[in-house]
Amino acid sequence: MADSTLFVAVELAGTGVHPASWRRADSRAEDLFTGGYWVDAVTTAEHAGVDAAFLPDSFALQPGGPGVTRGRLDAVAVAARVAAATHGIGLLPQAAVTHTEPFHLSKAIASLDFASLGRAGWEVTVSESTAAAKAFGRKDVQDPESLWHEADEAIEVVSRLWDSWEDDAEIRDVPTGRFIDRDKLHYIDFAGDNFSVKGPSITPRSPQGQPIVAVRATDPASTAVAVRRADLIRISAASPAAARARREDLRTALRAADRDPDTVRVLLDLDIHLADSVAAAATEVLELDQWAAPASAPRAGTAPLRHLGTTSGLWRLLDEIAADRIADGVVLRPLAAQPALARLAELGRNPLTASTFRHRLGLPRPLSRYATAPSN
Amino acid sequence: MTPRKQVHLAAHFPGVNNTTVWADPDSKSQIDFSSFAHLARTAERGLFDFFFLAEGLRLREHRDRIHDLDVVGRPDTFTVLNALAGVTEKLGLAGTINTTFNEPFELAKQFASLDHLSGGRAAWNAVTSSDAFTGENFRRGGYLEHSQRYQRAAEVVQATRALWDSWPDDALVVDRAAGVFAHDVPETQVRTSQFDITGRFVLPPSPQGYPVQLQAGDSDDGREFGAATADAIFTGHGTLEAGQRFYADLKGRLAKYGRTPDELKILPAATFVLGDTEADAHDRARHIRLQQVGPQTAIAFLEQVWGRDLSGYDPDGPLPEVEPADNVDITRGRVRHAKDPRAVAQAWRAKAEAENLTIRELIIEVTARQQFVGTPAQVAAQIDEHVQADAADGFILVPHLTPGGLDEFVDRVVPELQERGSFRTEYTGSTLRDHLGLRPPRTAHRSTAHEGARAS
Ligand SMILES: Cc1cc2nc3c(=O)[nH]c(=O)nc-3n(C[C@H](O)[C@H](O)[C@H](O)COP(=O)(O)O)c2cc1C
Repeated sequence: MADSTLFVAVELAGTGVHPASWRRADSRAEDLFTGGYWVDAVTTAEHAGVDAAFLPDSFALQPGGPGVTRGRLDAVAVAARVAAATHGIGLLPQAAVTHTEPFHLSKAIASLDFASLGRAGWEVTVSESTAAAKAFGRKDVQDPESLWHEADEAIEVVSRLWDSWEDDAEIRDVPTGRFIDRDKLHYIDFAGDNFSVKGPSITPRSPQGQPIVAVRATDPASTAVAVRRADLIRISAASPAAARARREDLRTALRAADRDPDTVRVLLDLDIHLADSVAAAATEVLELDQWAAPASAPRAGTAPLRHLGTTSGLWRLLDEIAADRIADGVVLRPLAAQPALARLAELGRNPLTASTFRHRLGLPRPLSRYATAPSN
Repeated sequence: MTPRKQVHLAAHFPGVNNTTVWADPDSKSQIDFSSFAHLARTAERGLFDFFFLAEGLRLREHRDRIHDLDVVGRPDTFTVLNALAGVTEKLGLAGTINTTFNEPFELAKQFASLDHLSGGRAAWNAVTSSDAFTGENFRRGGYLEHSQRYQRAAEVVQATRALWDSWPDDALVVDRAAGVFAHDVPETQVRTSQFDITGRFVLPPSPQGYPVQLQAGDSDDGREFGAATADAIFTGHGTLEAGQRFYADLKGRLAKYGRTPDELKILPAATFVLGDTEADAHDRARHIRLQQVGPQTAIAFLEQVWGRDLSGYDPDGPLPEVEPADNVDITRGRVRHAKDPRAVAQAWRAKAEAENLTIRELIIEVTARQQFVGTPAQVAAQIDEHVQADAADGFILVPHLTPGGLDEFVDRVVPELQERGSFRTEYTGSTLRDHLGLRPPRTAHRSTAHEGARAS
């Protein structure tokens, strides 16, 4: 790649973003719920020099009837399952905060950071659906403002818990018999509209200190949270020009929120299907669409940019995105996972060398917010 | 000749406790993944049934401050077990997850995911942690009365099983030509005193159907819950006599749930110390106990019973003259041992006087757990004896060193057990149910026998 600072992630949604992708002969649909499927997918992306893997999740079963891929493994579980088999790729499971306890999420992502030696991230999502609300049976379905206000609080709780142990809290001091220095452990005493959480975490501070937080900015409510809290902001846009404008708006909002826009990456969704020629790609996508036709429903929100064509065409598009500051990175969303993964190596990206996900993003490792200046 | 009763072994990762000798130069990280991987790989090399993680969702406090003498800090159970699935092939992966601060739909998804991703090696130790102290870390806050905890636990198990059963066994089709990925998944409804759940579950049946169910409560309610739902019981009753009583009691409760004794394994916790000679082993055991119960830890244990600050007392001196105070909250986040502190204090004083024990020596004696001490052959014989005498079906071993504390056991005791014909020489199955000799669960599609066990 001409500009290797362009961040390239891949989103691995089952057999592909296209609901009929499982019908392709090469889909490996039979293996979808096995560890082997996910290890192969993520290691293939890693070997192709992809920076990070996003792993979507939801508590609702996919709609669309018997003809579409249905069922999904817990995304944090999948990320943990592939952690030991990978060495450089960032792992970004989605986890929704609407029904899940932030205390559990905090230790889950911190533990992923330990298991991956500093490659954990978390894409914060909310559960909008009635289906998820009824599956938990604890509260009613919420509007976007309420969902994202709750998410805002949940991220605060989680990130305080990540800081609740200072880095050097474990002391193993034999003369006093103390394993930890309790002065370096902190109650977070969070009390908000949705949570009150005492802390500290049961899990010590993880290799990155604060794992990477990603938020998809779709509406005003989620955008506000993304601007306040995310290291990676995901956007969808209908055209490169729209993406560039959106990025500029986000950078302005970041400055207004007292954040340095250069520490936050705006990632553009890019649906892809790669084949030997543009015509072949179009034919294959047509086949997918025809399989799905009876059940296909229009997607909510902006239809993402698409690249249906060759890998070298994708290479040129990524170059343009980097050169024209259309986005700081992309999230490649293969319509069909297997054929795309097989071709990603053709992008010619260098294998990852950064030691942690933060390092790859050029972000410093933050000190715990509770850390006191060393006394000497 | 009837085949010899087989010993089941599991490996307890030495989590938060005072029994891990963290001052030992060979003691490594309690939190780095490499430590978990080392113990799990060792257990698998030793052909153990499963790896086991305990749970505690709030840091313990003693005298209103975070307790700093024990090993402190542990990871998320599901995350570690899924990661371990990637570095092992056959070993079962058991997580303690309480039924009070988790929701059934999420638990069902998490355990089904672990079972899928590990190829059928998941186990769930369902505990009922209840107190408001732990509740302060959760949005539910509050807590459940002791009397309601097992009600909720039974309903959580009922709800998760309903969800695991909800995809018919043949629902997942993947028929490309016909364009059928999965048949329609029926909606599951669970309405109980605690839950009102309506949903379509998100995963097809996992390799084991249900993960293996463990249980670890000791009250009458706890034992009934175990007899009704568990595949194995984790218990502290590890001595020969106490083990036999517990074993007979639990297995005696099975018939009323339509279950047979071989459907429930009894697995006490046990520690072990090996030596080249018996005397050598006892020396090592004594040395380890002294490290586990350091001077400060001895005083802290005493304070748990006395309910007051005893930091002015000499751990190498006699027990305090003062009477215990009625302060049940002096230690929070730990299962309390002393229900009647004055009676305990009296008994301890009598014992210390009779045997001429200092505070620390007394605490070492009264906090001792089931321990196998001796040469590898002797330890193998002791373990085998407990199993053949129906004091246990096997043990969950708690090493005192992280993460190498099982290495010597696997290298030296396992071959002795194999020699005796009491332990497998290879894994014969691939799921944890296979290792434990359990039948597939009686899911809704196969039988309805488990219905009504404890359902309201
Ligand atoms: C051997 C054993 C191990 C236990 N391990 C845990 C644990 O890891 N986490 C936890 O929260 N509770 C644990 N418990 C506590 C039980 O789940 C239960 O809450 C407690 O024993 C009180 O219930 P009971 O009155 O039925 O004994 C354990 C109990 C026993 C006997």
